[in-house]
Amino acid sequence: MKSTRKTARRKGDSTFKGITFAAALAIPLLMAGILVELIRNSRLSLAEFGLGFLTSNVWNPVSGQFGALSSVFGTAMSTAIAMVIAVPLGLVIALFLVELASPRVSAFFGTAIELLAAIPSIIYGMWGLFIFAPFMANYVQPLFQKTLGFLPLFQGPPLGIGILTAGIILAFMILPYISSVTRDVFGMVPVVVKEAAYGIGATNWEVTRGVTLPYSLRGIVGAGFLGLGRALGETMAVTFVIGNNHHISASLFASGNSIASTLANEFTEASEPLYLSSLVELGLVLFLITVIFQAAAQGWLWSIRKKLAT
Amino acid sequence: MVTDEKLYSVLDGIQRPEIRQNSDSPSDEIEIATRGLNFFYGRQQALFDNNIDILRNRITAIIGPSGCGKSTHIRTYNRMHELYRDQHATGEIIMGGVNILSTEVDTIDLRRRIGMIFQKPSPFPMSIFDNVAYGLRVNYRLKGGELAERVEQALQRAALWNEVKDKLEEPGTALSGGQQQRLCIARSIAIEPEVLLMDEPASAIDPIATAKIEDLMFELKKNYTIVIVTHSMQQAARVSDYTAFFLNGHIVEYGVTKNLFTNPRMKQTQDYITGRFG
Repeated sequence: MKSTRKTARRKGDSTFKGITFAAALAIPLLMAGILVELIRNSRLSLAEFGLGFLTSNVWNPVSGQFGALSSVFGTAMSTAIAMVIAVPLGLVIALFLVELASPRVSAFFGTAIELLAAIPSIIYGMWGLFIFAPFMANYVQPLFQKTLGFLPLFQGPPLGIGILTAGIILAFMILPYISSVTRDVFGMVPVVVKEAAYGIGATNWEVTRGVTLPYSLRGIVGAGFLGLGRALGETMAVTFVIGNNHHISASLFASGNSIASTLANEFTEASEPLYLSSLVELGLVLFLITVIFQAAAQGWLWSIRKKLAT
Repeated sequence: MVTDEKLYSVLDGIQRPEIRQNSDSPSDEIEIATRGLNFFYGRQQALFDNNIDILRNRITAIIGPSGCGKSTHIRTYNRMHELYRDQHATGEIIMGGVNILSTEVDTIDLRRRIGMIFQKPSPFPMSIFDNVAYGLRVNYRLKGGELAERVEQALQRAALWNEVKDKLEEPGTALSGGQQQRLCIARSIAIEPEVLLMDEPASAIDPIATAKIEDLMFELKKNYTIVIVTHSMQQAARVSDYTAFFLNGHIVEYGVTKNLFTNPRMKQTQDYITGRFG
């Protein structure tokens, strides 16, 4: 009697293990499935353009010439701008919330940040187009031109929409992710280690730099990549403000496009099989970019694991 | 011999061990004196009118059941509680003629003078060398050869040098628990504090590592005043010169360790050391 019960319980355990394993298995299967489908559906374009797809700047549906360069460039630039703004800002916000603010203030701002993350991206897009882009055109871009206008980055007419505006909107959108994840990561630094640092006469800033930041590096990088992933793939808000033309310009004021915005704009128009296939290949490129960035980040963290030792 | 009548000065209510007849004592100077020290977690009072004289170059043990305020008491000496908004202390802690609870005393400076070792080893996320160098860097901006020399000295005095001299660049967290704790001691003494507070320094490490730390404490007391909070009465009896027994935030009894354990004055002390509670 007793032993039967025991076997039944064992069986329960192995069933449970099987179910959870199957659930976990769904993730690599899903990844592989998406990759296979992307490749399968872009085979026309892959065969037609080969690697030239990545290096060509021509995007002409009429003549059937497709190149990804301007979309990749726009994605890279707008994401880079977003990261340059959002990562330091997010870190500073998180440090304030964890290390400096009183619990009540911290709770208030923490909630506000999470609400920011809950705003749908279409709202950011509309706000970006109707409010922020005119603001950029009237105030921010003229200011840049007056002070840094000699740089090729800040030349051309201040239209409001363009790569820079898209990057800044993206920064607003990923800021809540970065700051709320880093806030949680900072909160996980063991209290005793921080107290030990204060205990040998370190100041707030010294504890932050010497203990909290190195201890949290892994999580900060994780938060950065969460933001990066979102910025790379963000579609709606970017489509509203980036200007949508297949054009590469040194100026951040110029309009451009990103992979995601191109896909959003052109899928409905893609009547030719080659056109559609090229768009799918753009999606494949975006997928690979994201995977490569993730892998690089993991690899880097692995290579410095000994130094971190957390 | 110690006279019990003089040991506990009932008149002024201050717990002050009699040490003058204690022949092996090279000094009887008071390092830290608390007067009317109360402590609050929010509105909840945790320490009540603590009056105690901690003597220089002695090891003073603080014993008592969990939650009696032992750690709370020593955490006021370096004002560690000020990291938390809802905690505050009233009364006086006098060190070098100054009330160190006064807002005029800089906590950074105070914590340089009063080192602290915690229950759990707490190496920083950096190399062994950098762990010890950290305090020297932030407090004295030391660099190069002088820094290396001071780091070596500290590791020597913490009896860790021979074990780590060939792997100073390895992370501090790669050491064993006992070694980590000695690393933390090295880190604390590197900046030459006057007092070392030890908050149950051996509760997370094995008996052999504990013995090493206790040996180390005998060495260290030549240069430092040590206050150790411990759960283990055996440890208090082994290492300390004086022992204070805390109960519910009150200092019940304070005296020469041997006397307190063999011939306690108070019934509560007797009950505790004979294992009737706690």
